[in-house]
Amino acid sequence: MNIPFSFKGALKIPFKEKSESSHSEAKRTGLAVLYKKELADQFRSKRFIIVLILIAVTGLASIYSAGLGIREAVEQQESDFVFLRLFTSSGNSLPSFISFVSFLGPLIGLALGFDSINGEQARGTLSRLLSQPIHRDTVVNRKFLAGVTVLSVMLLAIGLTVGGLGIILIGIPPSLEELFRLLLFILLTIVYMALWLSISLLFSLLFKQTATSALSGIALWLFFSVFMNLIAGLVANVLFPVTEQASASVVLRNQRWQQGISRLSPTQLYDEAVVTILNPGVRTIGPILSEQIEGAIPGALPLGQSILLVWPHIVGLIALTMICFAISYVYFMKQEIRA
Amino acid sequence: MAGGRIIIKTENLTKKYQNKTAVSSLNLEIEEGEIFGLLGPNGAGKTTTILMLLGLTEPNEGRAWIDGYDCTRNPIAVKSIVGYLPDNVGFYGDMTGRENLRYTGLLNGMDEKELERRIDFLIERVGLRDSADKKVATYSRGMRQRLGIADVLIKNPKVVILDEPTLGIDPEGIREMFALITELSRKDKRTVLISSHLLHQVQQICDRVGIFVDGSLLAAGRIDELGEQVLKGQSKIIELKALPENDELQRIIKAADGVKKVERDRGMIVVHSDYDIRSELAHLIIKNGFSLLHLRLRGGDLDDIYRCYFAKEGVA
Repeated sequence: MNIPFSFKGALKIPFKEKSESSHSEAKRTGLAVLYKKELADQFRSKRFIIVLILIAVTGLASIYSAGLGIREAVEQQESDFVFLRLFTSSGNSLPSFISFVSFLGPLIGLALGFDSINGEQARGTLSRLLSQPIHRDTVVNRKFLAGVTVLSVMLLAIGLTVGGLGIILIGIPPSLEELFRLLLFILLTIVYMALWLSISLLFSLLFKQTATSALSGIALWLFFSVFMNLIAGLVANVLFPVTEQASASVVLRNQRWQQGISRLSPTQLYDEAVVTILNPGVRTIGPILSEQIEGAIPGALPLGQSILLVWPHIVGLIALTMICFAISYVYFMKQEIRA
Repeated sequence: MAGGRIIIKTENLTKKYQNKTAVSSLNLEIEEGEIFGLLGPNGAGKTTTILMLLGLTEPNEGRAWIDGYDCTRNPIAVKSIVGYLPDNVGFYGDMTGRENLRYTGLLNGMDEKELERRIDFLIERVGLRDSADKKVATYSRGMRQRLGIADVLIKNPKVVILDEPTLGIDPEGIREMFALITELSRKDKRTVLISSHLLHQVQQICDRVGIFVDGSLLAAGRIDELGEQVLKGQSKIIELKALPENDELQRIIKAADGVKKVERDRGMIVVHSDYDIRSELAHLIIKNGFSLLHLRLRGGDLDDIYRCYFAKEGVA
C-alpha cells in the first residue's frame, strides 16, 4: 500500500491520491449510528417524559371536557362532523385541544432542540464527534431528523389516543373524511413543531450557553403567540383608525392589515390552517362582505377545498422550517469547532 | 527510529481571525513514526494548527496534508486515519466508558464483533478495566483522559494528535500517559503529535519539537540541535553548588581560564564562560578542598531554549 518515496523530490504532487471506497462505507454506517444515538437520547431524556406528560394530560383533559359538552349538544340538535368538534370545541372550563396544541407545540419543539449543538459543545463531545470520519452536515441532519421523528411519534400517539377517547365518550365513529382531516391536522402540527425545532437548533448554534438559547427560544415563542396579535392590532389601528364615522373600506383595510401583519407569525398561520382543516364549516379566513355571502348555500367544504383555502399557510410553514434549517446548516458548516 | 517518510506536511498554512493572525505561514514536516512536540505558550496557535490539520477549521492560506490527503478538501479521509484527543475532552456522562467507545467505533464504521474485541483490548491497555462499565460522569479527570486515549485508538489511527494531554493530571498519571504515548510510537509505529505548554515534561518523550510563539514556528528540530542552534554565539552558562560556600570559592572560580562572570542566583553559583569548562571547574573545586554538590550546563533542556527565545522576542 505504502510506496516509499522521497517527499522533497515530489513537492508538486505531494502524496499519491488514495481510493476513497473504504471510507464511503464508514460514512453510511455513521449516519444510522448517529441517528439511532440521537433518537435514544431523546426518548430516554427526562425532558421528553415531562413534555409527553404535559401534552398528554392537557390533551386528554380538553378532549374529555369537550366530549361532555358535545354529548349534551348532540342530544339537542343534529350535527355534522361531531368527531372533529371534539378537537375544536372547548368545554365548560378548558380551552380546546387545538388551542392547547397551538400554545404548547412551540414549547415542545424548543424543548427538544435548544441544547442540541451547544450542549455537546459544553460537554466537550462535539469536537470529539466531529473528529470522527463523518460529514459535518450529518450531525445537524441527524439531530433534526431524530427530533422530527420523536415529535411525529409523540403526536401520532397522542392524536390517536385522544381520538379513541373521544369515540368512547360520544359514541359516534368518525367518517373517513374526518379521519383524513385528523391525520392532516397531525401532519400540520408536526410541521409546525418541526419549525420550532429548527428555530431552537439555530439558537443552539448561535448561542454558546444552553440557557441563553432556551430563553431566546421562549422569548420568540411568547412574542409570536401573545404579542404579535397586539402589535398587529396596534399598527392597523394607527394606519387606519376605525372611528364611528369610518367608511366600510377603512374598516376592511384595518382588518386586512391586522391579519396580514399577524400572519407574519407562524403561530397565526398554524392556527388559521388548523381551524380550516378541522372545521369544514370554515369557508373563508379573511374578512368577508355580506354581499359575498348573499345567495351562498350554507354547507361544509369538501376536504380538497379546505386544503386549497389554507395551501399558502401550509407552504409558508414548510418554507419557514426549511429556511431556519438551511441557516443553521450553513452556519454550522462554516463554524470553527473548538473544544 | 523514524521511517523518514513525511506523513504530516503543511505549506504556508495561515489562519487569521478578525484582527489577529493565529497561525502565520506554517511550514511543518513530520515524519512517520516519530513523536513530535508542538510547544508554545497558551494562545500561540497550537490548537488552531491542529484544527486545521483535522479540517475542523479552514485555513485562510496554505495547505496541509496528512498521509497524502488534503486536510481541507478531504477531511473525511484524514479523520479516518487520525485520532484526535482534544484538550478538555468530553464524553457522554450518562453512558458508560465502554458505550462511549462503542459509539466512536460505530461512527468509524467498524465491524461490531471486531469492535468489541478492540474495546476490551484498549480498556485493558489504558488501565480502565474496573471502571469500564461505570457511567463516565463518575470518572476522575485522569480516568477521562485515559478513556480519551482509548477513544483515539479505537479506529486504529496512523496518526495520533494529542492536544495538551497532560493538563490537570497528577504526576503518576502523567508518567503512565507518557509510557503509553511512547509505546504508541515505538511499538505500534504510529506518528504522534503532542501539543503542550509544559516543556520539561514533553521533552522527555519527543523525538523532535517545534517551538511555536505568536503563530509562527520559531524553530523545529531535535532538542539537542535546538539547544545548539539557540545558544550558538552566546556564552556558556554553568550553574554549580559546592560546600563550603565562601568568598574563597568565588575567587577560585573567577580565576579559572575562560570565566567571564560569576554571579549568585538562588543558592547557586552561576558562571558565564566562553566555552564549556565544566571539567576544569570540577577539578579546580575538588583540588581546593571543596565538595562539589551540583554542576550543570544551562541551555541543554527545553526550558532554557524556550526562555532564550522569549528573551530574543522580547528584545525585538
